[in-house]
Amino acid sequence: MFRNVAELVEMAEKDNIKIAEVMIRQEVEVSGRSREEVIAQMDHHLSVMERAVERGLEGVVSRSGLTGGDAVRMQCYIEGGRFLSGETILDAVSKAMATNEVNAAMGVICATPTAGAAGVVPGTLFAVKEKLRPTRMEMIEFLFTAGAFGYVVANNASISGAAGGCQAEVGSAAGMAAAALVELAGGTPSQAAEAMAIALKNMLGLVCDPVAGLVEVPCVKRNAMGAANAMIAADMALAGIKSRIPCDEVIEAMYRIGAAMPVALKETAQGGVAATPTGRAIAARIFGASAASK
Amino acid sequence: MKYKSVFDIIGPVMVGPSSSHTAGAVRIGLVARKLFGRKPTWARISFYGSFAETYRGHGTDVAIVAGLLGFDTFDERLPNALEIAQAEGVDVSFSAEEAVPHHPNTARLRIGDDEGELELVGISIGGGKIEIVELNGFALKLSGHHPALLIMHNDRYGTIGAVASVLAKWKINIGHMEVSRKEKGKEALMAIEVDQPLTDDLIQELEQLPNIIQVAKLVD
Repeated sequence: MFRNVAELVEMAEKDNIKIAEVMIRQEVEVSGRSREEVIAQMDHHLSVMERAVERGLEGVVSRSGLTGGDAVRMQCYIEGGRFLSGETILDAVSKAMATNEVNAAMGVICATPTAGAAGVVPGTLFAVKEKLRPTRMEMIEFLFTAGAFGYVVANNASISGAAGGCQAEVGSAAGMAAAALVELAGGTPSQAAEAMAIALKNMLGLVCDPVAGLVEVPCVKRNAMGAANAMIAADMALAGIKSRIPCDEVIEAMYRIGAAMPVALKETAQGGVAATPTGRAIAARIFGASAASK
Repeated sequence: MKYKSVFDIIGPVMVGPSSSHTAGAVRIGLVARKLFGRKPTWARISFYGSFAETYRGHGTDVAIVAGLLGFDTFDERLPNALEIAQAEGVDVSFSAEEAVPHHPNTARLRIGDDEGELELVGISIGGGKIEIVELNGFALKLSGHHPALLIMHNDRYGTIGAVASVLAKWKINIGHMEVSRKEKGKEALMAIEVDQPLTDDLIQELEQLPNIIQVAKLVD
C-alpha cells in the first residue's frame, strides 16, 4: 500500500513497472476481485467517458440554460485553423467542456475525482489520442495512473469543493491528468510526479464559488483551464523541468490552504463569482429572490 | 485511509450534475424503494436546508423520484423520472420546508400504496454517500463510513441470531449494530454496519430468513 506520492514512485521504480500497474495490483489486493474484473470495470468507466464527450460535442444545454454549446463552439474554432495556442491543447479544452456540459445537462458521466471536475482527465486523454495513438489497454492504464495520484490526494488532503475549494476538485484533476499524460507519453514515474506537482501548484488557492450553487458557472470553464494546465505541466515535466517543492508537500500545502479558506468560498455559493451582481441575479432568476439574498 | 478503491477516484459513473445533490438523492430514493419492497403509488417528499433551496437546479426532485422508481445513479432514464412516474400512475409532490435541519442536505420521504406506508429521512453527506437517519419513526445512528444493512423484521426470538449467522457464514464482520422496536412483538429494525462489501447473494439469503420483512443495503 502506498500512502504518498514518494512511496508510489518508489514502488514503480523498484519493480520497474508503470504507476498504473502499482494501482492495478493494489486494487486487486484491497478489493479481493480478479485482475480481469478490475480492468473490465475501468474499461467500462472509459466507455462512459467516451460517450459523454461524444454527446457533448453534439451539443447539449443544461436545465437552467446557463451552460452548453461551448465545446461545439471551440471545435468549430479549431476547424477554422486560426487559433493562437495549439490544436491538441484546444481539443483538450473542448473535450473537457463537453464532459462538464453533459454533466450539467443531467447526462451520464464518470466522476474524476468528482462530478464537478469530471472533464479534465477525459478531456486530456481524448485530445492526445490522435497524437500518441494509445492502445485500449494504454487508455485504461491512463485512468489507473490518474486514479493512483487522486487516491493520494483524497487520502492526504481532499477532493471535495466543500472541504477544500476548487483547488481540491479541478486542481486535483489537473494534477492527476498531468501525471497520467506523462506516463502515457513514455515519461518516468518521477516525471509523472513532477507534472502533478507543477499542475497542482498552479491551481493552489482556487476557490469553489458556483453561481446559484449549480455545477455550471464557473465549473465548466474551470475544467477547460484545468485541462490546459495539465497539458502544459505534462510538457514541462517531459522537458525535464522539476518542481522545487516535492509533490507530497504541494498536496500538503493544498490541504492547509483549503482548511484556511473561508466557508463562503467553499461550495456555499456565498462568495466569489457567485456573490457578484450578475451571479446573484442568476440565482434569483432560478430559485427566487429569497435564495439569492442569503 | 478514507478512500480505499481507485474507483472512489475514477468513479462513480453517474447522471450529473452533482454527486451530493443528484447521485446521493437517487440513493436516498432507492433505499426507500428497497425497504418498501415495491413501487409506491404516492410519494410526499420534503426538502430541508440546501436541498430546499436548490433542489430544482440540481434535479434533486427528479433524482429522488428516479430512486423510488428503482433507477440507479447511472440510469439514463433518470432525467425523465417525473414524466415516467406520472405515466406509471405514481402521484408525487414536493415541499420546501423552512425548518433548519441538522445536516444541510436533508430529505424526508413518505411513500405508500393501498397496503402500507413508509417514512424515511435521508441525508446526502458528499461524494454520493448518504446516511439514513430515521426510518418509520426509528432514529438511526450510522456513521456512513462503512457498508450498512437496514433490516425491517418482526420482533421474534432468534431473528437477530439468524441474521448474525448468515453474516458470519459470508465472513462479514459487524462493526456496529443497533436494534429498535416500537412495541414488544411488533415491527422492529436492525441497523448493522459491517467491514466488508455486501453482495446481492447475501442480501437474498437474508431476505429468505423467517420474520424478515425487508432488507436494504447502504453502500459505503
